[in-house]
Amino acid sequence: MNIVVCVKQVPDTAAQVVVENGQVTWGDAPLVINPWDEFAVEAALQLAKEHGGSVTVLTMGDESAKEAIKHALAMGCKQAVRIEGPADADTLVTAQVLAAAIQKIGDVDLVTFGRQAIDGDNGVTPAMVGRFLGWPVFSLSATIPEIADGVVTVQRATEEGRQVVEGKLPAIFSFGKDIGEPRYPSFMGIRKASRAKVPVWTLDDLGLSALLPAVSWPEVMNPPKREITTEIIEGDSPADIAEKLADKIMAEKVL
Amino acid sequence: MDFNLSEEHRMVQKMVHDFAQREVAPIIKEWDRKQDMAPFILPRMGELGILGICIPVRYGGAGMDYVSLGLACEELEAVDTTLRVVMSVHTGLCSMTLLQWGSEEQKQKFLVPLAKGEKIGCGAFTEPGAGSDFAHIRGSARREGDYYILNGEKMWISLANKADYAMVTMRTNPNAEKASRGLTSFIVDLHSPGVTRGDIHGKLGVRAGSTGWIHFQDVRVPAENRIGEEGEGFKITMSAFDNGRYTVAAGATGLIRAALEESVKYARERQAFGSPIAQHQLIQAKIARMAVDYEAARLLYLQAGWMKNAGSRNTRQTSAAKWFATDASFEAASEAVQIHGGYGFSDEYNVERYLRNSKGAVIYEGSNEIQRLIQASYALGWRTDKPLRRELPPYDPDFWQEEA
Repeated sequence: MNIVVCVKQVPDTAAQVVVENGQVTWGDAPLVINPWDEFAVEAALQLAKEHGGSVTVLTMGDESAKEAIKHALAMGCKQAVRIEGPADADTLVTAQVLAAAIQKIGDVDLVTFGRQAIDGDNGVTPAMVGRFLGWPVFSLSATIPEIADGVVTVQRATEEGRQVVEGKLPAIFSFGKDIGEPRYPSFMGIRKASRAKVPVWTLDDLGLSALLPAVSWPEVMNPPKREITTEIIEGDSPADIAEKLADKIMAEKVL
Repeated sequence: MDFNLSEEHRMVQKMVHDFAQREVAPIIKEWDRKQDMAPFILPRMGELGILGICIPVRYGGAGMDYVSLGLACEELEAVDTTLRVVMSVHTGLCSMTLLQWGSEEQKQKFLVPLAKGEKIGCGAFTEPGAGSDFAHIRGSARREGDYYILNGEKMWISLANKADYAMVTMRTNPNAEKASRGLTSFIVDLHSPGVTRGDIHGKLGVRAGSTGWIHFQDVRVPAENRIGEEGEGFKITMSAFDNGRYTVAAGATGLIRAALEESVKYARERQAFGSPIAQHQLIQAKIARMAVDYEAARLLYLQAGWMKNAGSRNTRQTSAAKWFATDASFEAASEAVQIHGGYGFSDEYNVERYLRNSKGAVIYEGSNEIQRLIQASYALGWRTDKPLRRELPPYDPDFWQEEA
């Protein structure tokens, strides 16, 4: 089975992301693999172990995306490809590029994603890649897919509960926490990953050019500061305090 | 000169960091209160390869270098000292001594299961009546045919009650001209008849770990378990300390970092006199001290690790790193409690645990008074390092990572 896992490099979850001079910045905080993508790698590795085959890590990004790739390789993925994509890519452009790369890799049975990237938080790239490839998409998968005779069965987590969904391969999956904790990189994986040479593909290599984003960010701003004041209401008895509180709530027109 | 960590080092750091933060940080307070070690810790550290991090793959280890060992210790002690103590005794005192001094047969028999985490090791050197004055330990080993008969008591032994094997030094020649020349080291199976052991409770810190005593009563140890030659025990023990102290230095650096991070967070949040306390210069002074001590401690231990990798003798540098980092970590933890005020005095916050834990390392693995004497002897020209019959092997990635 030929599995591709798509990963993204994002600022560390502990980083303080702010807007400075109209630009988003996270200071000198390190870039890490998108935490949701670790679940996608875990699912891909479990599938490869159960059904045989290998896992290829795919990412679009500049040189700084290396950390995410190396992390996935250290977890156990066999090979990786980085695509030097356009800097102003939105999810539509990203999905076009990833879909073209998946086609170029060839004979792919299954693609896994994290449910969303923690920087953009759009969560639509898996669906868009599925649309470009014409493959079924099993978003928010909550179990490791069961595969028999080319038919795949998976549970999806929804707000109402679980859905059992069936479909055919090749297919796209996105995963969240429900599948269990992702493994840590092994030391052997770390050694292999640090030596791995990751091929870089350009848009030309994928036969793509002049990709136009559908969404741009003409302006970004910090959320307005919330001014909060606290007042402690005192009184002789709980009933007295409650009465004063009720009066204040009425006066402030909260109720 | 390049002060950057390699990609490999950064990945090791992150892996150990994630393990400690995700799996241990959420439960450590509970086990610290219970004065017991969470049962999953040792098997999990073994399974992840952390216990054999710097041991060659051919001996069951993970095949990383000595700098990786230091980085792992920093990450572990940033969560709790007890995690790093495991590395100090299992990896530093026991496994690395086997790597340095053990015969090929001893490595295959003892080092391989230790590095894989299938067996747990410790170092049993200190006695109730001798710690800093190690040359005058009283525990004895008497040769009888193909065996040595061990008698004596070892005290303040980390993992005493968890370990399968112990690196033990005993007196084999009570009449040696110099007391230090009458000592011999052994690798001892702690499941042998005549070995009894137990935990010590009521310690100030390191409560979520196992610290105990081991009593040897006519314990028969096969002669092939002798490490090095008869009379080499003092040198072997001192070289074990070069490795143990390195892990202590790196760990204490992690404790400074943890104290710093918690202090920065609290100082930004806590308001007093109409502003966050971080705005007050006396608080800033404490934070500044911690920040610079962290950098200095880190450079000192990384230098020692780099020297180990290169195969250079590092007794002086390791001792300096241990002295500096452990004193600074005690100071940092104490100031972190001060910054937290009344809250720092309660176990609602981590800093009181840091303070209790940090005191131990000022005492053990060569008290900081002993470290001062070592530094003075080097500076005054009274002490020079003579070559050892067996040095810690320099890190060679090809040899380290080649399968047996």
